[in-house]
Amino acid sequence: MRILEAADMSQVQTTTVDAAERFLQRRTPLQRLHSILHRYPALSPAVVLVLAALVFGAINTRFFAPANLSLVAQQVAVVGGLAVGQTLIILTAGIDLSVGAIMVFTSIVMAGSAANFGVPGPAALVIGLVFGTLAGGLNGLLVTRLRLPPFIVTLGTLNIFTALTLLVSNGASIQGRNIPDVLLWTGQAIAIGPFRLTTGVVLMLAMYVIATYVLRNTAWGRHIYAVGDDREAARLAGIAVNRILLSAYLVAGLVFAITAWILIGRVGAASPNAATDANLDSITAVVIGGTSLFGGRGIIIGSLLGALIVGVIRNGLALAGVDVLWQTLVVGVLVIVAVATDQWIRRVRA
Amino acid sequence: MTAMQPSLQPNLQPGPTTRQPVIEARGLIKTFGSVVGLDAADFDLYPGEVLAVIGDNGAGKSTLIKCLSGATIPDAGEILVEGQPVAFRRPQDARAAGIETVYQSLAVVPALDIASNMFLGREIRRHGPLGSVFRMLDHGQMRAIARQQLLALGIGTLQEITQAVETLSGGQRQAVAVARAAAFGSKVIILDEPTASLGVRETGQVLKLIRDLRDRGLPVVLISHNMPNVFEVADRIHIQRLGRRVAVVTPTSHSPSEAVAIMTGAMEGAAGLAASA
Repeated sequence: MRILEAADMSQVQTTTVDAAERFLQRRTPLQRLHSILHRYPALSPAVVLVLAALVFGAINTRFFAPANLSLVAQQVAVVGGLAVGQTLIILTAGIDLSVGAIMVFTSIVMAGSAANFGVPGPAALVIGLVFGTLAGGLNGLLVTRLRLPPFIVTLGTLNIFTALTLLVSNGASIQGRNIPDVLLWTGQAIAIGPFRLTTGVVLMLAMYVIATYVLRNTAWGRHIYAVGDDREAARLAGIAVNRILLSAYLVAGLVFAITAWILIGRVGAASPNAATDANLDSITAVVIGGTSLFGGRGIIIGSLLGALIVGVIRNGLALAGVDVLWQTLVVGVLVIVAVATDQWIRRVRA
Repeated sequence: MTAMQPSLQPNLQPGPTTRQPVIEARGLIKTFGSVVGLDAADFDLYPGEVLAVIGDNGAGKSTLIKCLSGATIPDAGEILVEGQPVAFRRPQDARAAGIETVYQSLAVVPALDIASNMFLGREIRRHGPLGSVFRMLDHGQMRAIARQQLLALGIGTLQEITQAVETLSGGQRQAVAVARAAAFGSKVIILDEPTASLGVRETGQVLKLIRDLRDRGLPVVLISHNMPNVFEVADRIHIQRLGRRVAVVTPTSHSPSEAVAIMTGAMEGAAGLAASA
């Protein structure tokens, strides 16, 4: 009798479980969209970029002129380059407010060591790359050793590197004629069909290709995601969390230094007052690109799309004759929409 | 009774005293500020057995297990693996020694897929220069092994091995964590509350899995609150109370209510041990 009861019980339970499972497995169109976006984080920025391009192309036919698209690419090179390093940091659930300051500091070190101390061009470039990497490493050491929040650490180093830049340069730009050709190489034009890109743009794209490979196909890349998504789980799974964090900041520093090289080529000089908006612009690009500020989620190519979206919107609105201030306002709205979308995407159905 | 030593050497079965423990711990102490986690705790795990560790909340079960798995460094005391003293500084050290742990938190990374989670921290790289120079991971091989491992554990309900772990149910996540431990554990597998979040059917699967692991010759440490589970599957039961091992009993020597009585202090641990001896 008791056995029979038990059997009945399990029968009842099985049917309710199956019914519940079937209930859970139902999919509304919205849920399907949700799971697609969850799986392919770069999809929404890609759609936004295509839509934006189509709209601006319809408003003003000059938008799709090769010369204009080339201009957008060149305008995006610096922020796009910084966004590679910024994405790395944000994937680890950090944030880097000092990216622009490190870049400008490095550009002054590069150009200054050549112009003021007679260091040969290639050596000046290497010195700059080492300085940038060490600057990133300083952020990493403060985050891992002193266990300070990245926001605070990089807020501090933002001010430190901004001040150092002004102290070292006395507030004066280093003119292009005093800068060796190697450092200006990134400004050289490359004609690809009707498009006129620069070596700086190609260098920026190359960084995306390499970063995509590293994040997807190496253990280090997977560990960046793991540390950002669930630090304790990563630690228990045997990942040396602090080593991963420190290396991420070092690599980001190197990326910022390479971007400093791109900046010198783009501006044709090294100025302590260049790229003042670069810090927030890089974060904007990463966020619009679908990378989560909570870490562990996102895809590096999204940040390139994000940088392009900002570039296209600014350019398109300018072509449409809209005031500059409205461009900034639109970018602000986009950031909020992107973060709201991320919040929605992160809510997963278990 | 007179032979009872305060050190509480387990002498319950004919085997243990003559065999060398796979893991043993002597006088582990761990404090967290003024809170005492472990108060000179001992521990022995013998080859081929399922050892359950039970104890009330705050008895030091988790701390003990974390010391054995390298997640926590004890303040004092020693741990021996097959008779050799070891000093685990990190979880990797214990894993390198062949001790795999499934934590109660599961230690899976939600955003990563099943295969990536199973191989997290010990990824397989491609052969040749792709692997050695370009550090390229062999995703195909890792996915194939992960799929095999899950099937071997009778968990074939997972749709895709490339699914993010956060899209799985609690039981499926548990399965991934257990499969990871079973795939890599060469000496010992430690399971911390493996059935806490599971339904009846999934609990049955995990218990079967524990027996399978033992039959494969792997000793298993099972931390659990669930007395029926413990008495169903354990060979010996380590009872932890106030940061110490107060008794080791067997499912035949003691009833679940007696074990609970020792656990809560209603019955003296020494008496419990003596009664079983």
